Amino acid sequence: MATDLTHLPAVHTDVHPFFGKLTWQSIPIQEPVILVTFIGVAIIGAAVLYLLTKYKWWGYLWSEWFTSIDHKKIGIMYMVLGFIMFVRGFADALLMRSQQVLASMGFEGYLVPHHYDQIFTAHGVIMIFFAAMPFVTGFMNYVMPLQIGARDVAFPFLNNLSFWLTVSGAVLIMMSLFIGEFSTNGWLAYPPLSGLEYSPSVGMDYYLWALNIAGIGTTLSGINLVVTIVKMRCPGMTYMRMPIFTWTTLCTNILIVASFPVLAATLALITADRYIGTQFFNAELGGNPMMYVNLIWIWGHPEVYILILPIFGIFSEVVSTYSGKRLFGYTSMVYATCVIMVLSYLVWLHHFFTMGAGASVNSFFGITTMIISIPTGAKLFNWLFTMYKGRIRFELPMMWTIAFMLTFTIGGMTGVLLAVPPADYVLHNSLFLIAHFHNVIIGGVVFGVFAGVTHWFPKAFGFKLDPYWGKLSFWGWIIGFYLAFMPLYLLGLMGVTRRLSQFEDTIYAGYFITAAIGALFIAGGIAAFFIQLYVSIRDRDTDRLRDVTGDPWDGRTLEWSTSSPPAYYNFAFTPRVHGIDTYADMKRHGYQRPTDGFAPIHMPKYTASGVVIAGLLTVMGFGLIWHIWWMASGGFAAAILWAIGHTFNYNRDYYVPADEVRATELARGPRMEPAE
Amino acid sequence: MSSLRSRILSVSSLVISALLLSGCDLLLLNPSGDVAAQQGNLIIYSTILMLIVILPVMALTVFFAWKYRASNRDATYEPEWDHSISLEIVVWSLPLAIIICLGGLTWVATHRLNPYNDLARIAPGVPVAEDVEPLTIQVVALDWKWLFIYPEQGIAMVNEAAAITDRPVEFKLTSSTVMNSFYIPALAGMIYTMPGMETEMNAVMNEDGTYDGFASNYSGLGYNWMRFKFYTTDEAGFDAWVDKVRAEGDVLDRDAFVALDQPSMQHPVTPYAEVEDGLWTRILNQCVSDDALCMNDMMMVDALGGGGLEGLYNRELFRGICTADDPRALIEILRPQDAHREAALMSAIEGTPPLPPKSTTSSQTTTGPEGH
Repeated sequence: MATDLTHLPAVHTDVHPFFGKLTWQSIPIQEPVILVTFIGVAIIGAAVLYLLTKYKWWGYLWSEWFTSIDHKKIGIMYMVLGFIMFVRGFADALLMRSQQVLASMGFEGYLVPHHYDQIFTAHGVIMIFFAAMPFVTGFMNYVMPLQIGARDVAFPFLNNLSFWLTVSGAVLIMMSLFIGEFSTNGWLAYPPLSGLEYSPSVGMDYYLWALNIAGIGTTLSGINLVVTIVKMRCPGMTYMRMPIFTWTTLCTNILIVASFPVLAATLALITADRYIGTQFFNAELGGNPMMYVNLIWIWGHPEVYILILPIFGIFSEVVSTYSGKRLFGYTSMVYATCVIMVLSYLVWLHHFFTMGAGASVNSFFGITTMIISIPTGAKLFNWLFTMYKGRIRFELPMMWTIAFMLTFTIGGMTGVLLAVPPADYVLHNSLFLIAHFHNVIIGGVVFGVFAGVTHWFPKAFGFKLDPYWGKLSFWGWIIGFYLAFMPLYLLGLMGVTRRLSQFEDTIYAGYFITAAIGALFIAGGIAAFFIQLYVSIRDRDTDRLRDVTGDPWDGRTLEWSTSSPPAYYNFAFTPRVHGIDTYADMKRHGYQRPTDGFAPIHMPKYTASGVVIAGLLTVMGFGLIWHIWWMASGGFAAAILWAIGHTFNYNRDYYVPADEVRATELARGPRMEPAE
Repeated sequence: MSSLRSRILSVSSLVISALLLSGCDLLLLNPSGDVAAQQGNLIIYSTILMLIVILPVMALTVFFAWKYRASNRDATYEPEWDHSISLEIVVWSLPLAIIICLGGLTWVATHRLNPYNDLARIAPGVPVAEDVEPLTIQVVALDWKWLFIYPEQGIAMVNEAAAITDRPVEFKLTSSTVMNSFYIPALAGMIYTMPGMETEMNAVMNEDGTYDGFASNYSGLGYNWMRFKFYTTDEAGFDAWVDKVRAEGDVLDRDAFVALDQPSMQHPVTPYAEVEDGLWTRILNQCVSDDALCMNDMMMVDALGGGGLEGLYNRELFRGICTADDPRALIEILRPQDAHREAALMSAIEGTPPLPPKSTTSSQTTTGPEGH
């Protein structure tokens, strides 16, 4: 009875003064899929809470992690958030794959459209905003200050607040699973569909407030990291001596600072349309929905480069480290990154060639899109020539990099194909497009995240990840990716479009079954990754995994000159830089760590304000979503008051005594030369 | 030279399409309509052009990874080698060269295949005959069904359309609800339908048949079932289809459209023998029911300087002014106090450039209507 309009949840137009739109009917226990999920989450959640309480970890987590303003801990927390949300987003993917298998075989399946539509929306929103973004922000937070020889980021408290604002968005999205429902409008929520008339339920409001709040966090984090790079590089580190990862971080955060305000404005306009009756995007009253599509993609296209640029940086570090060789064409790599950064603003219209722009406009945006492939191609060649005459060690990060170079090339090619407007007219909104962007996001971002995690894990925790389970994870992902997405390219060429949960005939079944098998391989890859974490933590003290040198991979940049994990103040002495690949240079000149002459180090104190403000804003968001006005205004006022109060806290820094620095540094033991 | 190149192109495109087609029916590369066929060919040509650089890169990646593996102590190892002007020139100019070719191809093909243009040919080497007018079909995306209006025939049909093989079709498209996209993969690429806006698509089908058409932009709950059949036959077959619609259908007037506009899923194929005059214009301007002022009228009121606060309550005054026979009289009704600005208002209405203001009028204009 999926075509029956009456099964939709009732929309409550009357707003209770105390509970807003919230009633007992808002809790979707009548949906078996959600009920089972809820029970599962409740059991796992209870188990986690029990363990935390039993082992008395609450105090430790609160005082050492949640309130921490150490960029390294915040970076790690971003990664943890990313992986939690990644699992949630992947569960959505499995639901969609299985529903499409059933539907393509002629069954109705177990997901009604209203539920399926929420799942694909949640999948997109979660994977982009709450998995991929935390991953890249986590890497930038952890690695960049170490690479430029800084003690922390420029605004350590702001960094903590940014993280918790992102968590706040993630919490709201997860809440929508069990209280009310999520948006059914796709990850970019085009009006008029996302307007009040066609989407009166709270799902769209969950979407808006989660992104409004998380978006503020991302913008603040972008400002923070740009200032850090501009102002806090150690002596001698000119721009053209910065490691490539730091360069890509700089370009990425400039993109964030310039594009996330556009997202904030766009969402503010549609929020106003939904809450206070403005008509910015309602054609009937003189608004223009095409304006929304333009605005959201003016943010949306730079966003994909925000995701991929730092990943390019990771691959640059990895390929040069494991080839035991300087990066080929450093200067052209820098210029390629900057060119991509600028061009990413000139291509947004290629997301809607079919909206009716003229031939000249479409060609312009098609050709600018193709031009981006020139610096990207140059980057690929540079990685290639870095391997040339190198001595390549096939550790896991290098395996991911080679898989990336082969896979991303295919995705890049289909991307340029989609940039040809007449070809896009037939391929737009098709599964070919879905295959393309998963090809670049999985083949680029996800592979890069795994390369980066394996590469920097020993730096962060003092032991390497177990290579056996890592290789299993690698092959699960590679086989799974090709099985899952190559059939989608073919289905796209057969004229099958996206976001369908029902099919008219059964000729597509074979392709969808293959894709689902691919998804299972990927599930195996993800499971192997978590087993790898478990095995590595279990065996962390064995010689096989333990890293006592601080430099397990014969690294080339400054972060490898510290201990693993680095001291909380990063560097006892601010390094001095004389060229690119500073640490390789230092090692060549027989650098010895100083054992004397330590001075007190000025450090910021931890604070709970970030958690509290973000928590209050989550309450505000919940109140706004459910039209519980006292809660919304109360949460907002309390957050503002707390923020003002925080500015009067003058007890926010301290000095690490020289003796403590000395003790910490000497405890590292003698630096060992990496095995030749 | 050029014949050799085109020979290589056609041979390799044959090989690729043979490879691709061997396992499955790739509709987009083997469609029945000339426009879709050209778009499909463009996919193949662009792919070949890009493979010129992609394949060597992939081969070199594998080769270098194998050759310079750490265990191969015979391979040269130059850890300090990181720069080569000549290689840099190659790595930048090779992609550049490909993109110049592809960019040129894009510019030409995008202009040639602009869906707004009237068709120049119906098949390779067959231009459109001079006496052939395209068949016009007005398409409305509703929640969640398609309405096709045939203005020449004066009929309409829900969730089914027909056309004549080898005769160009001109689709005019709009939406009465949310954004949608109109797509018949075998015929031509898709185009968005949007409320209050008209998009256009020209195409032609070259084979008789029954083709699938559907909504290709997610539009809400009933999106899955927003599908229709598109028939193409010869002239006689089309006339028979029209006669059948005429014989079986009701009248599609404004009330019938308002009823049809209610959300519904898996809507049955519904013929309409007659269509009320001006319905399309009203759909396009979002004023089929009487409780809304037509958008074109509203824009005209705005062009005249706005209806003011009283316009909120007097909108009946403005209804139909876009189609009024005597715009000068309109000014008398709407803005008597602005009669002295008639020339400027007329130029706004007719879209002609305004006359240079006379000194007396300009001083009066700056005072504004409130000054009187």
